[in-house]
Amino acid sequence: MTTELRKVAVLGGNRIPFARSNSAYAAASNQDMLTAALDGLVSRFALEGERLGEVVAGAVLKHSRDFNLTRETVMSTRLDAATPAYDIQQACGTGLQAALLVANKIALGQIDCGVAGGVDTTSDAPLAVGDDLRKLLIKLNNARSTGDRLKVLAGVRPGMIVPAIPRNEEPRTGLSMGEHQARTGARWGVTRAEQDELTARSHHNLAAAYERGFQADLVTPFLGLERDQNLRPDSSVEKLAKLKPVFGGPQGTMTAGNSTPLSDGAAAVLLASEEWAQERGLPVLAHLVTGETAAVDYVGGDEGLLMAPAYAVPRMLDRLGLTLQDFDIYEIHEAFASQVLSTLKAWEDAVFCQERLGRSAPLGAIDRSRLNVNGSSLAAGHPFAATGGRIVAAAAKELYERGGGRALISICAAGGQGVVAILESNGSN
Amino acid sequence: MPDTYTSLANSPIGKLITGQLGLPRPTILERYSPGDATISGQVLLGAAPGGRLAPAAATVLAGLSANVSTALRGDLRKAAADAGLDAAVFNGEVPGDARFKALVFDATGITDSTQLRELHAFFHPVVRRTQSCSRVVVLGTAPEDTGSPREAAAQRALEGFTRSLGKEIGQGGTVQLVYVAPGAEAFLGSTLRFLLSARSAYVSGQVVRINQGAATPPVVDVHRPLEGKVALVTGASRGIGAAIASVLARDGAHVVGLDIPPLAEDLEAVTSALGGSFLTADITTDDAPQSIALHLQEAHGGVDIVVHNAGITQDRTLARMKPERWERVLDINLSSEERINDELLSSGVLNTGARIVCVSSIAGIAGNNGQTNYGTSKAGVAGMVVAMAPVLAKQQVTINAVAPGFIETQMTAAVPIAIREAGRRMNSMSQGGLPVDVAEAIAWFAAPDSGGLNGNVVRVCGQSLLGA
Repeated sequence: MTTELRKVAVLGGNRIPFARSNSAYAAASNQDMLTAALDGLVSRFALEGERLGEVVAGAVLKHSRDFNLTRETVMSTRLDAATPAYDIQQACGTGLQAALLVANKIALGQIDCGVAGGVDTTSDAPLAVGDDLRKLLIKLNNARSTGDRLKVLAGVRPGMIVPAIPRNEEPRTGLSMGEHQARTGARWGVTRAEQDELTARSHHNLAAAYERGFQADLVTPFLGLERDQNLRPDSSVEKLAKLKPVFGGPQGTMTAGNSTPLSDGAAAVLLASEEWAQERGLPVLAHLVTGETAAVDYVGGDEGLLMAPAYAVPRMLDRLGLTLQDFDIYEIHEAFASQVLSTLKAWEDAVFCQERLGRSAPLGAIDRSRLNVNGSSLAAGHPFAATGGRIVAAAAKELYERGGGRALISICAAGGQGVVAILESNGSN
Repeated sequence: MPDTYTSLANSPIGKLITGQLGLPRPTILERYSPGDATISGQVLLGAAPGGRLAPAAATVLAGLSANVSTALRGDLRKAAADAGLDAAVFNGEVPGDARFKALVFDATGITDSTQLRELHAFFHPVVRRTQSCSRVVVLGTAPEDTGSPREAAAQRALEGFTRSLGKEIGQGGTVQLVYVAPGAEAFLGSTLRFLLSARSAYVSGQVVRINQGAATPPVVDVHRPLEGKVALVTGASRGIGAAIASVLARDGAHVVGLDIPPLAEDLEAVTSALGGSFLTADITTDDAPQSIALHLQEAHGGVDIVVHNAGITQDRTLARMKPERWERVLDINLSSEERINDELLSSGVLNTGARIVCVSSIAGIAGNNGQTNYGTSKAGVAGMVVAMAPVLAKQQVTINAVAPGFIETQMTAAVPIAIREAGRRMNSMSQGGLPVDVAEAIAWFAAPDSGGLNGNVVRVCGQSLLGA
């Protein structure tokens, strides 16, 4: 049995403003935030009591009690409790990968509509007991007699009380993501000035998006926050130039300004078949055309941790017979300004494209005025799993408002992975 | 082996003393051992915009499996990519902890003196980022091959740059200028291989000219480039001659050592250890050229490499010099070489693609007190090389010369200490060279892929102040 593939429509999204770590959302859990984002989406698209095909979401930092986070969240919303849900996790690629999973089921006709999302908190972080104490507690649980229990408890040492704090570092290298990117940036000769320039532009673009009301139907206020807390509308290259480097040593070029801060937030995006949208009179902002995921060997191999999108995009372009220049807007997630710039340099570089991608010519440069036109993570912040939903919804809306066009989405992720996708829109036609 | 002072100065206590007293501490020069990689560190490849040699240089570097960096500039990245180099990126604005073993700069794009600023732009950020015993090679177009007086002037200016940088770079670093004629790009290989490696430890401040050779340069095994070649080395029983025999054999050649009958025992010891053979002859006799030619023809079916190394000194000031001293030095050092060359050529014993390499001397360039005879003979050797080059080119044969400076041999060990120390220290390396340094330069000229080198006289003098 063969199935005609259906087009997958992006109908819109909703997120809560992103907060800086340990501030506005310090007391909110992942489930609280994801519920807020989903409920906002439900209100916006009148989905109260609807049974959706599925809700797929995830979080990078998760408590053990959150093993079924998305399903639990769905049951806290006004969606029909008969809406199935599951969690996924692919580091910062979680949100976009969730959208691809939902989209694939819609395309195959397995479901008609679904929500993809993500949430993360770095404030309500899941502290765990250390491994020694954990093993001891399991032993205690298994002990049968009081004597045995006392024997086990006698083994408790003060050092065991120190909790295991989740760290933003790669398990296989012990290096933080920032240190990894500092190396990649140095390898591509990325300067401080170009990073600060990209950062300032991200803030200005996001501020302008809020000013012109672009975010009005993308963001729902939460816990007193109406805009992303990290946004600095008056950011400038001069101000950014004053910050001290935080990665790459004293000579480093990466600062707290041109790197994304730890942040809290949640985002969700509504996907559906065209028929489903039509039945409800919902305009199709854009179609999610395809996606691609790549991974690089940043441990034993000779590639940067966050360079996987540089491989994923050309593979996807080749599949569709497109060139890098065939896009009206480019959404390249700004984990670090340096990551965006390294990726762009790689695509322009004959050596990278020939030696690493096996192409006869470089992919070439992009028109920088089309890059992250409504700002990106440097300005908005980056609650890891929430970023994909933020980008898909905003890019779809931007294309729709422009009367159509094509968008490239690129998101780098821990573990040397990268998730990329293409949106196309006919505008309001 | 380094001289006593150099060894002392590099010992832990010597370092302390030389540091405290501000005495020079000559770097112990890295030298090539069989199996070594040609370049032991990162190579930075750069070019003035519009240059024509970056692709050729990238190809050579790829062939050497070198680790290469370039600026993130379209032309350089394309050159690297086309050569199959997975070249790293270097941005002088954010240098990080980058260190380079070699800097290669294609200056052929410089066609006007105002563009010489490209030299500053490329070298300024990296000159202090070089490792010890670093290698700097500037590639240019010989003034006579340029298209305009301005380009000629600018290209001639490169010489002043490389020679000055050679004196600044320190720590055993060397700096050379290589003029590559338009169309001779494919002949860059052997020269870049030599100049970037530890084989050129004592060669600095030199200008090398590469022209289009007779035949497309063959691909050689960089560890045994002379495999299957027969090499005649005169004066092979000791000193520089023995070192030449040893290096040529190491590089794969069958060495036929030649020396005078009284030195037969030493000669046999040298050549038998190398798996070579030997021939005793007094090259000043009338029948020597014929008997040498005959031996090479009968025993080896011809000869591929001829190294005219045999030479003597008979020092006296001119006023006190008897005619015999004059005659003997001129005959051994110059006239006999001419006779042997003529015989080998006319008898057809020189194989196609043969290499003749002569040993001139810094005395023939700078002159030396008490050496009017020797200086005359060695300048004559340089003259012979230049004059014979076009003649030999017709038979696909090349002729070049090395001009040793102060080399640590029995001959220089006999020089009075004050003069010896002056000779030793008055160069960019602050030390004398070793016989092997001369031998390595000869092996470079002798290589099968050195067909683009013809009529060059290259000094092996550590960039001596004398005659510079």
